[in-house]
Amino acid sequence: MSEQRVGVYVCHCGHNIAGTVDVEHVAEWSANLPNVVISRDNKFMCASTGQEQIEEDIKEFDLTHVVVASCSPHMHEKTFRNACARAGLNPYLFEMANIREHASWVHASDKDGATNKAKSLVSAAVHRVIHQEPLQPMQVDIRPETLVVGGGIAGIQTALEIADAGYHVYLVEREPSIGGHMAMFDKTFPTLDCSACILTPKMFDAGSHPHITLLSYSEVEQVDGYVGNFTVRVRRKARHVDEDLCTGCGSCWEKCPIKVIDTVFEAGLGSRKAIYRPFPQAVPKYPIIDVENCTYYKSGKCRMCEKVCPTEAIRFDQEDEILEVEVGNIVLATGFQLFDPRRIPNYGYGRLENVFTNLEFERLSNAAGPTEGKIVLRDGVTEPESVAIVHCVGSRDKNYNSHCSAICCMASLKFAHLVMEKTGAKVYNFYIDMRSISKGYEEFYHRIMEEGASFIRGKVSEITDAAHTPEEEGKLILVCEDTLIGRPRRVPVDMVILSAGLEPRADAQEVGYMFGAGCGDTGFFTERHPKLDPVATVTEGVFIAGACQGAKDIPDSVAQGAAAAARVLATISKKQVNLEPVRAEIDESRCSGCRICNNMCPYHAIDFIEADGVSRVNPALCKGCGTCVAACPSQVINGAHFTFDQLIAEIDGIMVDVTAGALEVV
Amino acid sequence: MSDKKGKLGLYWASSCGGCEIAVLALHEKILDVAAAFDIVFWPCVMDFKYEDVEALEDGEIDVCLFNGAIRNDENAHMAHVLRQKSKVLVAFGACSFGGSMPGLANFTDKDAMFDWIYKQSPSTDNPQGTLPQKHSQVPEGELTLPNFWRTVKTLAQIVPVDYYLPGCPPEAHQIEAAVTAIVTGQLPPPGSVIGPDVTVCDECSRTKNEKKIKHFYRPQEIIPDPDVCLLEQGLFCAGIGTRSGCGALCPQVGMGCRGCYGPNEGVLDHGAKILTGIASVLDANTPEEVDKILDTLPDPAGYFYRFHLPQSLLRRRALGNGQKQTAKTGEAT
Ligand SMILES: Cc1cc2nc3c(=O)[nH]c(=O)nc-3n(C[C@H](O)[C@H](O)[C@H](O)COP(=O)(O)OP(=O)(O)OC[C@H]3O[C@@H](n4cnc5c(N)ncnc54)[C@H](O)[C@@H]3O)c2cc1C
Repeated sequence: MSEQRVGVYVCHCGHNIAGTVDVEHVAEWSANLPNVVISRDNKFMCASTGQEQIEEDIKEFDLTHVVVASCSPHMHEKTFRNACARAGLNPYLFEMANIREHASWVHASDKDGATNKAKSLVSAAVHRVIHQEPLQPMQVDIRPETLVVGGGIAGIQTALEIADAGYHVYLVEREPSIGGHMAMFDKTFPTLDCSACILTPKMFDAGSHPHITLLSYSEVEQVDGYVGNFTVRVRRKARHVDEDLCTGCGSCWEKCPIKVIDTVFEAGLGSRKAIYRPFPQAVPKYPIIDVENCTYYKSGKCRMCEKVCPTEAIRFDQEDEILEVEVGNIVLATGFQLFDPRRIPNYGYGRLENVFTNLEFERLSNAAGPTEGKIVLRDGVTEPESVAIVHCVGSRDKNYNSHCSAICCMASLKFAHLVMEKTGAKVYNFYIDMRSISKGYEEFYHRIMEEGASFIRGKVSEITDAAHTPEEEGKLILVCEDTLIGRPRRVPVDMVILSAGLEPRADAQEVGYMFGAGCGDTGFFTERHPKLDPVATVTEGVFIAGACQGAKDIPDSVAQGAAAAARVLATISKKQVNLEPVRAEIDESRCSGCRICNNMCPYHAIDFIEADGVSRVNPALCKGCGTCVAACPSQVINGAHFTFDQLIAEIDGIMVDVTAGALEVV
Repeated sequence: MSDKKGKLGLYWASSCGGCEIAVLALHEKILDVAAAFDIVFWPCVMDFKYEDVEALEDGEIDVCLFNGAIRNDENAHMAHVLRQKSKVLVAFGACSFGGSMPGLANFTDKDAMFDWIYKQSPSTDNPQGTLPQKHSQVPEGELTLPNFWRTVKTLAQIVPVDYYLPGCPPEAHQIEAAVTAIVTGQLPPPGSVIGPDVTVCDECSRTKNEKKIKHFYRPQEIIPDPDVCLLEQGLFCAGIGTRSGCGALCPQVGMGCRGCYGPNEGVLDHGAKILTGIASVLDANTPEEVDKILDTLPDPAGYFYRFHLPQSLLRRRALGNGQKQTAKTGEAT
């Protein structure tokens, strides 16, 4: 090894570090560590003066390696790597010691301890850094096509933004029509504009855009490749209707003799036919045959739709089609699913007739819905005289979901308004806390209070039809403790609306796995950084937008959709991306092909090469997570930048007796 | 090597004797060895006394094959003597390399072991509770036994070692290759393990698939598919993390690799490496499922550390009550 010359820089971070850690002392002490030729402390290493100091020293002292002891590498690793690169030093010859999050902040009440720990961390970095090797990023070309998965408002927005910029989008939607949940709503808070009126133009644009290939009633089955070069296999489920011929005229579903309860779009309140289009504004306009309920598939008879179709578009023998598309980036916008209130049996949903979910209510209130917008009880005729709206159903409750579903307060206020406007019924909102944090939301809350809705602060413990008094007879009684007056209460009403929360989709784990996006403990897809990188995932080229990332309202979903589009467009316009060189490599001359590592890789980056009897890492797919490196029982997988030597040296460094050294340094 | 014959020494410390047999298993090739070397010390086979070897010049032995772990003063003494007298010292076999079976004693300690062996075990009849004594007086004079250590060590933990020849015992073809290398002077860099740096899987002809283990079986519980990787069938096999060279003898006949050739180059802890490898492919999603699967693996410490406990990062089970070991002998203070 030629001579190693390490520079150490200890940051005060204002008072953040220097308030607890004796920064000057750490810098002086570090000067005596092996190979250190210059050690300094500095008020703010990340400021331009701090960075310039590094650059000057690299030149003046001929530094071969640099250590900065400051904050988390998440914050400033890039900053200092760039400073090194500007001075001609390979950025991977830089190492960071985190003496803020790991020392000063967590040991604020123990100055000596924090100082000693900072010294250990610097020592670890100094010992490690000399084993680091120069690495070069890998450059890959970016295909300009994009895949968007999920055609709710978030996915539609993403697709339109990218397509409008002139690049091609494949928009894959599982259901027969795009639109997602928003297509089911009557009005949207807080402005109370008609949901369909603002959504359908966007749906139409997405369906007819020259740069969008809409793959509805389709699902992604397999994803291979890496950023810039994904190959995606899509199953186009058979509609049994020839889209080239169908005009969407409606003769088929008008004449179809089979009526089916529509549990998807109408939330079980209305019905559709066995050949159907989920709603009038559906995009695309073509119907599908519901094979499970169609008479033809049961008995081979009927064929009514075929008889009446003026363009002969019915195809009973149509089969699923497999399509392969090549894309450079992927945006997941798969949305949420509603919490199933049957899981809280004491709320009686499914048992007590007139307990409704929020989605059912949206359909009741919708002029295009099963009651043509009339708010009535389950019997279909009786208008309620009193309505209770229960907030936080399945949300903010550690038995179900601990997260706040973000939209229920506002949606509940919307329901209160619609009930009062359409029926004149008395409305009670049962809430835990009111959350009206976005623009116009607090004003909306006041408006609804002024309109006369009652608010009871307390968690409903039970909804029952067991009357205690003659007034409760025939009613639904909500039992709760009113925490504002400090007394238990029983409130009898005709109708209850449960504001069920937003949950991750049941298949989110699987879908995430397929695309290399992880799910956090709430089950929603995990963003790369909760504040600074909210629409990226750990997989390069895979982005997330909308309610699949966490419960959120329409404006936030649209904003994320646009943000994800911007990220995609940025990579497309760069034409190439640099991939982090921190990745695993298998020494094939020493690999014995035991295949332990093969299904370890969360990114599907490892292939077994049958002919050579060895496993191989695809460098473009590898994220350098180290799982396979740890798993390999013969230690022939090397994790670049986290090599065995580097880690052992780091451990050796952290074991240095910092208290003994402290006595020697003046 | 010049036409002058070299000098060869062989010694066994704490071991079963299998390594000695392995040398004899060279069959007629042993004649080549005899042709190339004068055997100056081989107490197992010929009558040598310790004084004989102590009387040699320093470095007079060209090659010494030393088998067995170091577990008492006598073993250590001979390790020092033979180091001094030998140009090339080879840790021969699994015990001198990694501690092996004797090294499993590091899961317990001397007192507990003596108690079991000399008092509690069902086949022992020792009403007076007599234990081995370092010194005992008999009419003929004083008898001595070497001091028995609390901790078993490897040869390299006692003296510097030039080469390692792993295996329990080393296979004849490898001994032959090693001897040939020594005779012809074509030796790998000092400190090397002699043998290929791939694992047993490399030599095992069973088909390997992506692995998922739901249950471990003991060899008597199932009849394994003859063509498929044993580990995939739930039979513990250390072959994934064990140096090859044996020709995958055990897995080829349906018995999972025991790990006797030790770890590959650079691996600090054989047991930990096999453990992480196997833990990586357990078909479990919850800690409970993991426990359930691991409950089907009896004596995991014995499985994972069978041949390398003294040489591993663990070295031994922690000694309680703040007892410390002396650096040199491993004897508890
Ligand atoms: C009762 C109720 C009322 C609401 N009212 C309002 C309101 O008034 N104002 C407001 O701002 N917000 C409201 N919201 C919130 C709003 O619904 C969400 O913000 C919005 O729907 C999120 O859009 P999205 O595109 O992320 O998800 P979604 O609307 O759930 O759309 C996701 C789409 O992806 C598709 N998909 C899912 N998985 C796959 C897959 N694997 N492959 C292909 N396609 C897939 C789905 O079929 C769906 O079409 C309300 C929510 C509820 C429950």
